[in-house]
Amino acid sequence: MIRKSVERFYLILIFLFLYLPIGVLIVLSFNNSKSKVHWGGFTLKWYQKLFSNSAILEAFSTTIVISLASALIATILGVLAALGIDAMKKRGQAILLGATNIPLLNADIVTGISMMLLFVRFTRLGMSTVLIAHITFNIPYVILNVLPKLKQSSRTAYEAALDLGATPLYAFRKIVWPQILPGVLSGFLMAMTMSLDDFSVTYFTKGAGINTLSTMIYTEMRKGIRPEMYALSTLLFLIALGLLLFMNFGPSAQKQRQQ
Amino acid sequence: MRNLKRQLLAGPYLLWMAGFILLPLIVILYYAFTTTGGNFTFLNVSSITFSVHFKALILSLKLALICTLICLVLSYPLAMILNNMKAKSQNFIVFIFILPMWMNFMLRILAWRMLLSNHGVINSLLDTIGLPRLDILNTPTAVVFCMVYDFLPFMILPIYNSMARISSDVIEAARDLGANSITIFFKVIVPLTLSGVLSGIIMVFVPALTSFAVSDLLGGGKVLLIGNVIEQAFMQEYNWNLGSGLSFVLMIFVIASMALMNSWGDENGAGVW
Repeated sequence: MIRKSVERFYLILIFLFLYLPIGVLIVLSFNNSKSKVHWGGFTLKWYQKLFSNSAILEAFSTTIVISLASALIATILGVLAALGIDAMKKRGQAILLGATNIPLLNADIVTGISMMLLFVRFTRLGMSTVLIAHITFNIPYVILNVLPKLKQSSRTAYEAALDLGATPLYAFRKIVWPQILPGVLSGFLMAMTMSLDDFSVTYFTKGAGINTLSTMIYTEMRKGIRPEMYALSTLLFLIALGLLLFMNFGPSAQKQRQQ
Repeated sequence: MRNLKRQLLAGPYLLWMAGFILLPLIVILYYAFTTTGGNFTFLNVSSITFSVHFKALILSLKLALICTLICLVLSYPLAMILNNMKAKSQNFIVFIFILPMWMNFMLRILAWRMLLSNHGVINSLLDTIGLPRLDILNTPTAVVFCMVYDFLPFMILPIYNSMARISSDVIEAARDLGANSITIFFKVIVPLTLSGVLSGIIMVFVPALTSFAVSDLLGGGKVLLIGNVIEQAFMQEYNWNLGSGLSFVLMIFVIASMALMNSWGDENGAGVW
């Protein structure tokens, strides 16, 4: 009995540690006073200000475009790579997977700087360099999600289809693809969230012209905190909450659990 | 034959990797070991021994260690409690503890800066209760606070996963053979979760060691970590050779810490990956 309540107390403590900062941000986003501690009445003016701030909106759309595009391209390259790696011998697989781990394990700051040093030799920093950088650190997440599914999938069914006269492409589409699809989707989503959350790599590869939300909040915060930022945090938190609820408890997750 | 054709599918990825992973690393090595004029030198790398750089490196190692330790101490009991819950509520509760990880990294820093500031929520609360104020903004303590907040889920998740994989049969067998709860904990649960603990340590220690944004925004320019030194070398002094040299040193430390964890895992029969 005592043990149960100690456990519960501990859970609540960690929960508060994790959510108190977010909660305070959300409350302050509706606060009609600029003060961080005094409640000046309910207002939506920070949200209005947020939506009339073109710099923030632009950073928001840049972030969305980059994370969607980089996740999509990384997924295509990553699935192809996983198929190729799966067909290789043990040794080749080990070498390639080791190399795949480099961007995952290397420090973000080093990844960002090394790419910046390469990019400035050939081109100007901007949207395309950020996109290339994001694709690069996204591909490993796709490969690591798809490869296990590929290993689980039955090779005999695929070979049987070929023996029965299916073209390799048709057999792939009908037999391999459905089996690896969950891995492809989770790889895509993981790549997208990594890209949404990235700061260090973007910071070094973006150049002067563009900003994602992370780099924009960073520069803003060095100048001081404005209440619009609270509104932005609230919206982003709600978006993340919605997406994750959908991923974990939405229709596709239910189906998977039933299987 | 068909197999060879399929292997070629990895071709685009190989090219991509060569161009955007290996080549950049070669470029950074080139800068690290040359002067601005292009002559070979060790000076950029050996400048880590300059007192400013060395202090920053030591401080980074210290803060990263403290942060990792706190995360480990907080996460292990949490993972155990989560693992002992009813299966039905477990999914949702685990979800709750992972969710903050998906909120933008910068916004989490913003939240802490606001909470800890002089006229912030925590200090006003302390004032009303009559307790002394907590003036930790712009100190290493604030940086550690925020790092723990940022990286805690990275420790919780792998430990929880490795714990969930322990089959209850194993624990029952130990109990049937006469082990008490303490023996079971140290002889069964700890060894079987070691791989999770090791990957948690890596996932917290490496970002904590190399971060520069947290110390920049919560340290108020007074907490200089090795990441800040590197960032300033590139973005303020435009000394790419020096920055690359220090990055090289940082890379060595990252690799060394991972090798250490790996060998430790191997000895105990649990690899990090």
